[in-house]
Amino acid sequence: MTDLPTKTDRTLGLVIDLDTCVGCHACVISCKGWNTENYGAPLSDQRPYGTEPMGTFLNRVHSYEVQPEQGNAQTVHFPKSCLHCENAPCVTVCPTGASYKRVEDGIVLVNEDHCIGCGLCAWACPYGARELDQAEGVMKKCTLCVDRIYNENLPKEDQIPSCVRTCPAGARHFGDLSDPNSDVSQLVESRGGFDLMPEMGTLPVNKYLPPRLKDSWDDQSLLAPLLEPVAEEPKGFLGWLDNALDKLPGGTA
Amino acid sequence: MHPAPSVIVFSTLSGLGFGLLFWLGIDANPPTGLAAFIFFAIAFALAVGGLLSSTFHLGHPERAWRALSQWRSSWLSREGVSAILALLCMGIYAIDLIFLQIHATALGLIGAALSLFTVFTTSMIYAQLDTVPRWKTPLTPALYLSFSLAGGALLSGRVNFAILLLVIAAICQFIWWQRGDVALSDSGTDLGTATGLGERGTVRSMAHPHTAPNYLVKEFIFVIGRKHAQKLRRIAFGLTFVLPIICLLLPFSHVLAIIAVFSHIAGVATSRWLFFAEAEHVVGLYYGAR
Ligand code: SF4
Ligand code: SF4
Ligand code: SF4
Repeated sequence: MTDLPTKTDRTLGLVIDLDTCVGCHACVISCKGWNTENYGAPLSDQRPYGTEPMGTFLNRVHSYEVQPEQGNAQTVHFPKSCLHCENAPCVTVCPTGASYKRVEDGIVLVNEDHCIGCGLCAWACPYGARELDQAEGVMKKCTLCVDRIYNENLPKEDQIPSCVRTCPAGARHFGDLSDPNSDVSQLVESRGGFDLMPEMGTLPVNKYLPPRLKDSWDDQSLLAPLLEPVAEEPKGFLGWLDNALDKLPGGTA
Repeated sequence: MHPAPSVIVFSTLSGLGFGLLFWLGIDANPPTGLAAFIFFAIAFALAVGGLLSSTFHLGHPERAWRALSQWRSSWLSREGVSAILALLCMGIYAIDLIFLQIHATALGLIGAALSLFTVFTTSMIYAQLDTVPRWKTPLTPALYLSFSLAGGALLSGRVNFAILLLVIAAICQFIWWQRGDVALSDSGTDLGTATGLGERGTVRSMAHPHTAPNYLVKEFIFVIGRKHAQKLRRIAFGLTFVLPIICLLLPFSHVLAIIAVFSHIAGVATSRWLFFAEAEHVVGLYYGAR
């Protein structure tokens, strides 16, 4: 049934720190690696070694430049995967019931055996979080690594999403956003986490933490005094040598 | 949005087909026998042909029956259910008229209502999408319904109704285009709200996630179509409305009637191509496009 649950027991999701993300794309690769071998159909590639190679990805990293009215521009690397919206439009438009939101943890999933590949859910998602796999003809999207987070066969530290586990900068955090005391909720609270396109009314679960403001070049740097030239004019023996050499004929100065 | 040929064929043909079925269903003196056979054959060919073509773009057409299950929440599902019910009603109604010379008035009226409702559900698939501001308006159902009614009147030979409805459809189309051109900027969604960084300054896309295009870029960002949009709009307007109305106003001849019908069909197809090609999906913003 593609009606949305009125309430979910937990609200699992990601918190993505735009201040720490270095744009290395490690999460993109680990997501592709994990998800092509596990839940559902593999994530196919088209012409991987040819011209215009393309493929299905559940997580992609954009890079933006923000130019404030004054001062220097700031580069922001911007990872984007499904935000597991509470008011997910992708679920209600689905004609087959293949798309659904789980009552127990709020994860939005696709039942690939029922999906007819009509693509309407990808049209309904404002974030570009769903991609129709060109080889399998079914809709693929981030599963919040549902096959890791509950997987007792994995060591405890691996029972988190693959992208979170991989990120070398610690820019991705996973947890229950309905629990105000969870680490992720605390992060959102203290750093002023925000929603993407709030005007769409999708109520995304995933939150983004803003980049901290950039240092200004105009401010005096702590190290600057240490980098000053120690002596402007040579003194002592070097001073005498400098003078003596100047007096010799043949100088250019 | 990528203008997929199968979807354009579908919405052009089945809109006309269900429009024709509507007029046949409410007809107080419907044709019988051979005449009825010809009219219903055309209507069913258009409606069913359109529906079949729409399954061509599915990843798994063999599972299409599953799309009938979610009518409580999904407009696409409602479209499927409504189309089947309309075709069933009108099929029985047609058999009665062709072979038994019986005019099942009530069945015809129900079938006509379902036919029109089917066109409405098609339009709602687009009009419900917040992600495509150009489509997200009650004018979209008005556009689809007026086109379908006008085309049906034209195909069923109702000259006066056809002229009146073509004028109404032309007005809907004109307003729809005018509103559409400012819909995205009026929606307030831009790269600033998409990234949540808009309050800090002007956001510019510096690097796409991958150097080559992907499914999202191919499906949602179609900028080639916009180059000739104004020219195509004039062509669509002339073919859909102006030429057919002139043909209908001239003294009746079969040649003129046929010109009117084919001009109208070509015009609707052009208008539908623009409907997709000009539509901006907000995902394009993430790629620095619109
Ligand atoms: S981000 Fe897109 S795919 Fe994910 S729940 Fe929200 S609307 Fe659906
Ligand atoms: S592509 Fe699959 S999951 Fe998406 S709306 Fe169509 S049937 Fe549902
Ligand atoms: S949670 Fe899993 S599926 Fe989702 S983006 Fe991360 S690695 Fe990919």
